[in-house]
Amino acid sequence: MDQTLPILILAIPITMFFILGLFGMKMSHKLAGVLGILGMGTAMVLSYTVAFTYFFSGDAAFIIDGVRQQVEIFDVTWLAFTDKLVVSLGFLLDPISAMMLVVITTISFFVHLYSWGYMEGEKGFQRFYAFLSLFSFSMLGLVVATNIFQMYIFWELVGVSSYLLIGFYYKLGSAVSASKKAFIVTRFADLGMLIGILILSFYMPTFNFIELTQNGGPELALTSTGGATFLGGSVLTWALILIFTGGMGKSAMMPLHIWLPDAMEGPTPVSALIHAATMVVAGVYLVARMFPLYLMETASLDFITGIGAITALYAAIVACAQVDIKRVLAFSTISQIAFMMVSLGVARPEIHEGLGYMSSMFHLFTHAMFKALLFLGAGALIHAVHSNDYTSMGGLRKYMPITHWTFLIGCLAIAGIYPFSGFFSKDEMLSAMYGYSTFWGVWMTAVAGLTAFYMFRLYYLIFWWDENPNYKHHTPHDAPWQMSLPLIILAAVSCVAGFIPFGELVTWNGEPYHIHIEWVKIAVPSLCVAIAAILLATVMYRKKNSLPDKFAAVWPGLWTAAHHRFYWDEMYMFVTHKIIFGGICSFIAWFDRQIIDGTMDMFAKVTQKTSYAIRGLQSGSIQTYVWWYFVGAVALAAVTAWVIL
Amino acid sequence: MELTMLMYLIPSLLMFACGVFGFITRRNLIAILISLELMLNSVDLNFVIFNRFLFPGELEGMFFTLFSIGIAAAETALAIAIIINIFRSVKNIDVKDITKLKF
Repeated sequence: MDQTLPILILAIPITMFFILGLFGMKMSHKLAGVLGILGMGTAMVLSYTVAFTYFFSGDAAFIIDGVRQQVEIFDVTWLAFTDKLVVSLGFLLDPISAMMLVVITTISFFVHLYSWGYMEGEKGFQRFYAFLSLFSFSMLGLVVATNIFQMYIFWELVGVSSYLLIGFYYKLGSAVSASKKAFIVTRFADLGMLIGILILSFYMPTFNFIELTQNGGPELALTSTGGATFLGGSVLTWALILIFTGGMGKSAMMPLHIWLPDAMEGPTPVSALIHAATMVVAGVYLVARMFPLYLMETASLDFITGIGAITALYAAIVACAQVDIKRVLAFSTISQIAFMMVSLGVARPEIHEGLGYMSSMFHLFTHAMFKALLFLGAGALIHAVHSNDYTSMGGLRKYMPITHWTFLIGCLAIAGIYPFSGFFSKDEMLSAMYGYSTFWGVWMTAVAGLTAFYMFRLYYLIFWWDENPNYKHHTPHDAPWQMSLPLIILAAVSCVAGFIPFGELVTWNGEPYHIHIEWVKIAVPSLCVAIAAILLATVMYRKKNSLPDKFAAVWPGLWTAAHHRFYWDEMYMFVTHKIIFGGICSFIAWFDRQIIDGTMDMFAKVTQKTSYAIRGLQSGSIQTYVWWYFVGAVALAAVTAWVIL
Repeated sequence: MELTMLMYLIPSLLMFACGVFGFITRRNLIAILISLELMLNSVDLNFVIFNRFLFPGELEGMFFTLFSIGIAAAETALAIAIIINIFRSVKNIDVKDITKLKF
């Protein structure tokens, strides 16, 4: 394949970042917005071309005997540490990166378009578009990385762009702390990832993904560690788990999930793009990218499964007790990403030909679409009502029909109702989980039921519930076309995306997998659970009544705990402030102030005291100086003479 | 009688001692300056003597003396300028009255 298009896909967003970042203040809002939208639109068209060529051209470079190949379009040496250990920058095209190109550019384009309406008249409009472009560039660079190190570089870049965009309203104290929290937590997780990369590179002569994961690479990784173990796990397991730690930070897995709900302080389009559709699935993508390595050590996959399953349940329960609609969506995102993680964790080649991998990627794709839709819908609601809490909403279906219908489609998709896209991907994931073990299958079915419940709780509380709300200032109405159009298109995608023959395109080893829905064993039971949950939500929240309060009063402790997210933030505050800052650091601070600074202060004090004591020698009388000088010279001469003679 | 190096060095040493004594004991700045010149000249003399007796074939000592005399002239002019300025501000050139530069 020609190199021009891939290079352009990366070059356009970064160029746009520099243009808007450097000259944005001189442009009008309209020009900056149009430039950003056009730039991203071009990148989207190019990405579609590349992905289409990859999947459907039938070129021998991309597909051999029905097996899709991993292709490095280009790979340039950037840093050479030793002969074998070199860091390159390149463009890797394979099923998942082609799929991600489509997802990222599509969502990013719609978010660009949406922001034109949402951010209208905001101070720093051009800066917002510049950061959006920077993020798009970083995310695209991440998914096409040819080696772990390139991925790590772009991994940090997306972290920075996320930080910049969460803190977009930098005059708002809460936004500033949220951006710092997001950056510090993910950076802390990335430390683990870096250590994992270093361990892996210590044993393996390469960073390159293809060399690591193809043609005996994983076996080499297993044997080259020489059977070394640490705390009962093999070195490879530890390396893989540490690399996964980075993914836990970015994808907000427990216990590193605390930053994502706070990240909702950013503008809503940002939440849709970064904290729902693209960046937070980087962890899933990372595991998928190195999946053959993870397969060598199934202990690491079990670890991923466990973390994912606990996170999914936790986030789903917390989402039932949140008031801020963006927080509900944030916890729903955490839960859905955890769903993908579990699906990857239970993927084995011997179970349904590695179905878990395919379904995880499928869900990543469909989730990106419907979760971006839900967030953009939430943005339209916030835009209309000027509040994040459902308590100030209610009965909005009459005022905002477009938002209402698109939001409903999003809710149906995430709840997994046939024929919306979420049903298909969730069904495949559940079938992979049941294939691995009934326990995880039942567990995740329960989570799926909870998902349907809290999404419809949110839906009813926003659009039904209080039929005669008091909108004092003005009547809410649908958003302008720049905001409605993305909603409608994403809703349409969410309706039909499930019918994409995803298994033919993306599988763990490139061989096609024919999707077949197991109606009796999996689809119908999970549908029943979802419908039951929706019915329960309907009974409880359709009309204003006292039922929810009664339910909450049954276990008041549980409701309060869930509302406070099971006190994770408080636990972190306790550990960091009381134990680390108050305990360990107080000794270190004492040592720094008293011993390190004290030594320096002592030098200064001694010098000062001595000078003060002998300052009388500087009498101002020239002849006294000369006299001392003379005596000194004679003494020196005498000493010299005595030594020499 | 053959003149030895020591015979030249002794007057030079006497000149230097006179200079030091004058520098420490005199109160008038001009007299101190003269003492200083005396010391300088004795050093110039040493240059010439050592050149003459130890390295008869070479001329570095002589040249250094010439340089030194030139620089001494310049330095004297500078010193007298300073003394004139002191006189203008203190109305006096007694070294005992010029003790302002101290702690």
